[in-house]
Amino acid sequence: MNRIILLLLARRIALALLSLLAVSVVVFAITAVLPGDAAQEQLGQEATPEALAALRAQMGLDVPAPQRYVRWLGGLVRGNLGVSSATQLPVTELIGSRLPNSLLLAAVTALFSVPIALSLGIAAAVWRGSWFDRAASTAAVAVVSVPEFLVATLGVLIFAVQLRWLPALSYVSDVDSLGQLLQAFAMPGLTLCCVIVAQMMRMSRAAVIDQLEAPYIEMVRLKGASPLRTVLAHALPNAVGPIANAVALSLSYLLGGVIIVETIFNYPGIAKLMVDGVSQRDMPLVQACAMLFCTAYLILVTAADVCGIVANPRLRHR
Amino acid sequence: MASILTSASFARSMRSAWRIRLAHFGASGWVGLAIVAFWALAAMFGPALLSRSGAAGGGAVFAPISAAHWLGTDYLGRDILARVIEGARYTVGVAFLATLLASGVGTVLALLAAASNRWIDGGLSRTLDTLTAIPSKMFALIMVAGFGSSIPMLVMTAAIIYMPGAYRFARALAVNVNALDYVTVARTRGEGKLYVMLREILPNIAGPMLADLGLRFVYIVLLLAALSFLGLGVQPPAADWGSLVRENIGALADAGASVIVPSAAIASLTIAVNLVIDNLPGGVARERGVR
Repeated sequence: MNRIILLLLARRIALALLSLLAVSVVVFAITAVLPGDAAQEQLGQEATPEALAALRAQMGLDVPAPQRYVRWLGGLVRGNLGVSSATQLPVTELIGSRLPNSLLLAAVTALFSVPIALSLGIAAAVWRGSWFDRAASTAAVAVVSVPEFLVATLGVLIFAVQLRWLPALSYVSDVDSLGQLLQAFAMPGLTLCCVIVAQMMRMSRAAVIDQLEAPYIEMVRLKGASPLRTVLAHALPNAVGPIANAVALSLSYLLGGVIIVETIFNYPGIAKLMVDGVSQRDMPLVQACAMLFCTAYLILVTAADVCGIVANPRLRHR
Repeated sequence: MASILTSASFARSMRSAWRIRLAHFGASGWVGLAIVAFWALAAMFGPALLSRSGAAGGGAVFAPISAAHWLGTDYLGRDILARVIEGARYTVGVAFLATLLASGVGTVLALLAAASNRWIDGGLSRTLDTLTAIPSKMFALIMVAGFGSSIPMLVMTAAIIYMPGAYRFARALAVNVNALDYVTVARTRGEGKLYVMLREILPNIAGPMLADLGLRFVYIVLLLAALSFLGLGVQPPAADWGSLVRENIGALADAGASVIVPSAAIASLTIAVNLVIDNLPGGVARERGVR
C-alpha cells in the first residue's frame, strides 16, 4: 500500500458516496415529488379543500419538496425509515424480518457459484476454441439472453415436475436439519446460480484470455514452461485483479435476479417485499427497499473497482 | 486517400466491401434474421389474420393441443396461439419503440456532448452516470411505483433506463471521431456545430450504434417481460408474453403448452437478435456488458 493507491481508493469511495446521494435524490423525486399530490390521489376528485389541506398537513406534504427530501434523508441516515402506508407497521421492522432470508439466499448462491464459475471460466480460456469452450460459452450466452423466470420455470419443470427431487416452492420458516435447508434453497439457489455462473464465467474467461494474449506469455511458452505452469504461475497472478472485478460485477446481477426468483418461488425475502410494496404503491416501503438495493449495488461496483486498483502491480511499485 | 480514387473505383470498392460483409453474415445470422422478421410481421399483421380473437374465451381450461386450438388454451379457455400473436404487439412493439427512443436520444445527446465544450460534456456525462448507479430492474420498479404502468409509461420507463448506456457508448465513439483530421478540417472550414454533429460524426458512428441498438432491444425485451411477469408491466386484459407466462403459471406442473409457448417465444426473439448481432461485421457491441 502506498500513497497513490490510498489516494485512488479514497477518491473512488468518495465518488461512490456522491453517487449514493445523487441516487437518493432520483429515488425521492420519482416516488415522492413527480407523481403529484399523494393526498389528492388518496381522497379522489370530490375531496373538499379543507379535508385535502388537513391530510396534506398530516402527511407532511404542505412543506416544499427540498425540505421534505432533507427530512426524509435525515430519517434514512438515522435508521428511521418511516411507516408503511399499507400495513401501518414501521418499515424497519418489515425489512428487518425479511433481510436475513435474502442475505442467506445470496450467501448460499455466492458460495456455490463463485468456485464453479471461476473454474469453468479459466478452463474455457485455457482451452480456447475447443469443444468444451464452445459448449460452455454457447450455454452461457443462452442463459444470459433469456429471462430469469424462464430459467426458473425450466428448473421447476425438470427437477420438481419430471424428476420430483425437490419441492417447487420454498418455505424457509421450518428449517431444522441440513437436508431441509438444502431443500428450501435448492430451487431459488439453483436458478440464481445458473444466471450468476453464466455471467461470471463469460467475464472471467475474457479476463484470462486477455492475459494469455499478452507478449510475456508468449515469452513464457518460448522458454519452455509447461502449459499448467504457464497458466497457474504466470497468467493467473496477473489476472487476479480483472477476475475479482468480474466476480464483484457478476454478484451485482444477484440484485436483479433475486427480484424475479423470490417472486416466482414465493420466497419471503426483501425483493418480494419490495415487489408487493410496488403493487400496493406503498411509497415509504418502496423508497427504503430501493435505497437498500442501490446501496448494495454501489458497494459491489465500488468493490469491483477497488479490487482492480489494489491488484494492479503497476500502481503498487511506483 | 479518397481524392486518389476516382468515383467509379470508389463505388466498386464500396460494393466489394458490402459483399465481404454479407459473406461474413453466416447461416446462423440468416436464421436469426428470419425469426426476427417473423415476429415483426406477426406483430404487424398477425391479429388481422387470426380466425378468432384472443379475448374470446369459453373453451375448456388448459386444453391440450388440438385442431381447434393449435397451441391449446389458457387458464380462461382462450386460444394460446391468438394470445401469443396479440402479445407480440406489446412485447415487440413496446420494446421497439423504447429502444428507438433510448438509442435516438442517447445518440443525439452524445453528438451534442462530443461537439460541445467541456462543460456541457461533463455535465451531461455526470448526470447520466447517476442514472446508471441504479440497477435496471430496481429503476423499473421505482418508476412503476411512482407513475403506474400504462403503455406510454412503460415505453418511457424502458427508454429512460437504457438511454444512459446508449449515450455512453455513442459518446465514446463520437469523441474518437471528433479527434480525427477531417472533423478539424470541417470546423476550420467554418461549419456549424449542427453540421459537424450530423454530417461529419453521425455517419461514422452509425454502424456500431445499430449493433448497440439490437443489443439494447434484447435487454428491453427482457426487462419488460420481467416486469409483466411480476404483474407490474402490461395490465390485463391486454397481455404481452411475460404476462402470458404469469397468467398460466398454474399449467407449469403439467408442462402445459400455455406456459411453455410464450416462454419459448421470448427466448426465440432474444436469441435471434443475438444471432444477428453476432454475425454483424466487426463484432462490435459484444462482450461490452451493457447494463
